[in-house]
Amino acid sequence: MARTAALGAPAERREGLEKVTGTARYAAEHPLPGRVHARAVPACVARGRITGMDTGPARAVPGVLTVLTHENAPRLAEPEDATLALLQDSEVPHRGWCVALVVAETPEAARAAAAAVRITYDTADHDVVLTPGHPSTHEPEEANGGQPTRCRRGDPESAFAAAPVRVDVTYRTPPLHNHPMEPHASTAHWDRGRLTVHTSSQGTGDVRRVLAGLFALPVDRITVRAEHVGGGFGSKGSPRPDVVLAAMAARYTGRPVTLAYPRRHLPTVVGHRAPTLSRLRLGATADGRLTALLHDVTTHTSPVRSFVEVAGTTSGVMYATPNLSFVHHVVPLDVPSPSWMRAPGEATGMYALESAMDELAGELGMDPVELRIRNEPDREPAGGLPFSSRHLVECLREGARRFGWPRGARRAEGPLLIGTGVAAATYPVMVSPCTATAEARPDGTYLIRVNASDIGTGARTVLAQIAADALGTPLDRVRTEIGDSDLPEAPVAGGSSGTASWGWAVHEACARLLDRLAGHTGPLPERGIGVRADTSGRADAGSTHARHAFGAHFAEVAVDTVTGEVRVRRLLGVYAAGHILNSRTARSQFVGGMTMGLGMALTEGSTVDAAFGDFAEADLASYHIPVHADVPDIEAHWIDEDDPYLNPMGSKGIGEIGVVGTPAAIGNAVHHATGARLRTLPLTPDRVLTALTER
Amino acid sequence: MGSEIQRSETTLRVNGKPHTLLLDHRRVLLDVLREDLGLTGAKKGCDHGQCGACTVLADGRRVNSCLLLAVALDGSEITTIEGLSADGEGPHPLQRAFLDRDAFQCGYCTPGQICSAVGALAEAAAGHPSQVTDPAAPAGRPVALDRTEIRERLSGNLCRCGAYPRIVEAVEDVIP
Repeated sequence: MARTAALGAPAERREGLEKVTGTARYAAEHPLPGRVHARAVPACVARGRITGMDTGPARAVPGVLTVLTHENAPRLAEPEDATLALLQDSEVPHRGWCVALVVAETPEAARAAAAAVRITYDTADHDVVLTPGHPSTHEPEEANGGQPTRCRRGDPESAFAAAPVRVDVTYRTPPLHNHPMEPHASTAHWDRGRLTVHTSSQGTGDVRRVLAGLFALPVDRITVRAEHVGGGFGSKGSPRPDVVLAAMAARYTGRPVTLAYPRRHLPTVVGHRAPTLSRLRLGATADGRLTALLHDVTTHTSPVRSFVEVAGTTSGVMYATPNLSFVHHVVPLDVPSPSWMRAPGEATGMYALESAMDELAGELGMDPVELRIRNEPDREPAGGLPFSSRHLVECLREGARRFGWPRGARRAEGPLLIGTGVAAATYPVMVSPCTATAEARPDGTYLIRVNASDIGTGARTVLAQIAADALGTPLDRVRTEIGDSDLPEAPVAGGSSGTASWGWAVHEACARLLDRLAGHTGPLPERGIGVRADTSGRADAGSTHARHAFGAHFAEVAVDTVTGEVRVRRLLGVYAAGHILNSRTARSQFVGGMTMGLGMALTEGSTVDAAFGDFAEADLASYHIPVHADVPDIEAHWIDEDDPYLNPMGSKGIGEIGVVGTPAAIGNAVHHATGARLRTLPLTPDRVLTALTER
Repeated sequence: MGSEIQRSETTLRVNGKPHTLLLDHRRVLLDVLREDLGLTGAKKGCDHGQCGACTVLADGRRVNSCLLLAVALDGSEITTIEGLSADGEGPHPLQRAFLDRDAFQCGYCTPGQICSAVGALAEAAAGHPSQVTDPAAPAGRPVALDRTEIRERLSGNLCRCGAYPRIVEAVEDVIP
């Protein structure tokens, strides 16, 4: 059958009209009859035990139905993820931990009552500040996603000591918050032993599985829906307390319950990007060939659930060197549990590596683009496998051509210093098993069903394109159903793997459907003809190749020598990520990632308050995500790659790589502009002014 | 605590239709729209006037509806994202431009961005200067909106997906 032009086309988002007209419904927007509102009460001590709980004044607030505490809340089975063991005991592992839940007729009553709950604590000493050489520092057994914590090739220490040119520097990144525009929210409803939940999640299948465990229910008695999700960036990649608390409150009160987290609650309950200390040692020959690369990472985790930001791993992917080492260390602190935030590990680690590479280029007197090209490996340095495809050099060259590179000397415009910088980016190819069904209808249309999640990526659109392409039918003949756990099981929208995983199953279902239809004669039956595909065993099979996307980022900044403010004037990214399946939504994802990277570089930073154990920057007035005025015209381009080792669409993930190289490109541009090397993010005016003074 | 809830009868005209409601004095306009009237297009992103997702037009001016006590708005004309275009007319030109430019991803900030841009266009037409308007420009004359002006005027509307460049293009598309 002829291929259509669907794949790669700039198809408009299928749910676009609902979103721009305000009719798209998000998790808190399902006003079931009798629906009431829940509000969590966060612990206001950094560590300790609840010794007394007076809920009388809260229960006396007009409109309050109940106050749940560890003394009366429904018992839950022990969860795999201990951050979901909510209201089960009197322990307070960190500030912000949920210690009570108010349920009331209105949000106003719930808020007033939450403030009226009186709690006494037996407090314990707490320790929340990550410091180099902290006595609890240790090497964990594994890092995020079961990845190895260390890698060692050759004799890196000796090679570094013997290298004619050396860089030995430490970079720091602060805790960062995902802050999707839709705060985490869930609406739960029990009906005759069946639980239905609308939740803001990147994967409703996981939510259903976890709820089934906690409430000791078979999964077929639970339906979890997430038709529209107002962003996630990793923080909605696993069930968060809102969905458990809403289900608990709904079961206890017999009413549908919505829990929509207030913005200020999010930092302590939905995970954060853990702070990192990265020591980079780079040794090179005088002509710029790396002889040693050592990346030592220290990060923090919580006592509740271990999570280790894998900031060193990408250092085993990027550059040819016979002597390589990365190792992760973690310090358990009395902090809220860190988790995934867009490119977890890649963003923090590549900030350090790509900044250190810029420093090495400076030591060598070499152009930083040229240095990277000179160290292009022919195999993945850490694993030794050949790359399935790798076009980093092409990205650098194409970016250089478009951006205007080699750069000249820095310029001055009055009090402004203008400079440019470059950094490389990478993100691994991940893919998981998935199921999907494809159905041909007698009216000539097709129905694709798969429990994918559209968190703003355009999943339902690109899946329709994949189906249309596989079926050889016009795009408008294909309907997609996603975002509902009753649909064929599918993995989470995370790890930039959603489109690859779901699309593979959709593609396969469509291919099978064509086979089935080829053997069918006469008109289709009323109910249509449907087939199912399951990619288990193939999507998760190991590869003979190292599979990664690559990219190059270029930035131009203006640094105000009077105020210390850094403004980005231009930002350009070139990516090599297999075939791009929808040029319109892909561009938006790349640009969105770069915007988050701009925030990481310049405006975003959180601080764990040593005295109170809280995040000091808990709301959007103090935690500065980039606004319109911060963001210039951003260009995203790509190089099409033909890679047979990926999936039937030939695509790599694109949701996260945009954030990966951007902070280093901006930091390197600040160095070019000012001559000052700042090694702690974000590059806020106070830090920049101090650096300019010390220059 | 424990005292009776204070309520007052309040009339709001929302998208052209009058609604008389007995409102809890603590209820903000955003919650009236979302909870009482079922108009969930205005979004609750922060409930503190820090993100702009709740932006609607009150008597033609853009406001953060999460910061306005509804009982204080008796008699006001409110326009929300649902009411930007009249019934049967299809999307407002700015809504169309957002679709054409892919000026959104998750969609949660989108109604606020659009309402805010409608308000900003009216402010510029009425000669309201912004922080970046040339101080030498004559007062009261319409302000031409270049990209710097658009960015400045929309900076109260946060977008975490990073659709900013496309939003600016969409707004440019509808500048008369």
